[in-house]
Amino acid sequence: MSQSAKALIVASAVAAALTAQTTSASAAGKEKCYGVALAGENGCSAGPGTSCAGTSHVDYQGNAWSLVDGGTCETIVLPSAADGTARTGSKTVLTRDIPA
Amino acid sequence: MIVDQSEFADALLNPDIAAPNGLVDPNGRPAGKRFDVHRNNVIFSLINAMQIAFPVVRKILGDNFFKAISATYVRNCPPKSPILMVYGEDFPAFLSEAQQTQHLPYLGDVARLELARRRSYHAADIPAIATEKLAYLSPEKLLKIKLTLSPMMQIVASDYPILSIWQMNMVQDFPQIDALGEVVMISRPGLDVEMHKLDAPTHVFLTQLKGKSLGDAYDAAVDIDMGFDLTQAIGLLLSQNIITKIIS
Repeated sequence: MSQSAKALIVASAVAAALTAQTTSASAAGKEKCYGVALAGENGCSAGPGTSCAGTSHVDYQGNAWSLVDGGTCETIVLPSAADGTARTGSKTVLTRDIPA
Repeated sequence: MIVDQSEFADALLNPDIAAPNGLVDPNGRPAGKRFDVHRNNVIFSLINAMQIAFPVVRKILGDNFFKAISATYVRNCPPKSPILMVYGEDFPAFLSEAQQTQHLPYLGDVARLELARRRSYHAADIPAIATEKLAYLSPEKLLKIKLTLSPMMQIVASDYPILSIWQMNMVQDFPQIDALGEVVMISRPGLDVEMHKLDAPTHVFLTQLKGKSLGDAYDAAVDIDMGFDLTQAIGLLLSQNIITKIIS
């Protein structure tokens, strides 16, 4: 096969892959969402030495996360806190609902 | 009172050795029982770590067998690093050589797959290239570029159907499998580890990409199988966020 023929095959394959890529690109899978997990149900399945899964102490603990569908984290509706403050999920660690 | 460190370490891993000399409780009495508790905790926690690290091997062997063989492994290959999440590196080789598991010749490779999944999970996050970057290159240039692949991409090749064995044990109602070897690519496009079965030319292509140009890697793959699907292979690299750099 000549170099230029090969170059064309490779280029068209790359172009086809790129097209397929842009058409199928959706809101990538899952995202980490802080402050939405119920007590003891936070995520963290990272194998041994990282025994953090299921260790949150209070509901909606701000520094514990769950995996949720991409793009939905900040729109998750949660019950308000005891003092009436509204709660939402966050993609960064929160300081609310931290057990003493 | 001074306790010899290597004596302490030896006794820690061997329950038949007496507690090291010089180990005393707050009242100055020999602390043999306390040491027994400690060395039991050490072995127990490492076996626990092994159970979490190799769930499929554990399922294949059953709880008791797994615990027993892990105990032997833990005593023969104690952690070299304080980071428990990388522990178990030598377990695949250990299983391949162990007398007790010779009737399960695929077991070592299944362990390698589980290890690769963990490596992928804990690999550094490196952002993938913006995919358009590939579109701007001329066909001639494309042949010559080299691609840097993310460390979260791992490949495990086996003479046994390791991916199917993994799935049979982890996915409910997974159908019966063919006894053919499988090559598995492990990747982590976001937060979750994924596995993809590779055909022979794609395996060659991905292996050659480490170091060779795109054009040369393509040649090597076509040499194996004229039907090599480059579009699909590139698509896999892009969708899994594996390309982290283009070197021209």
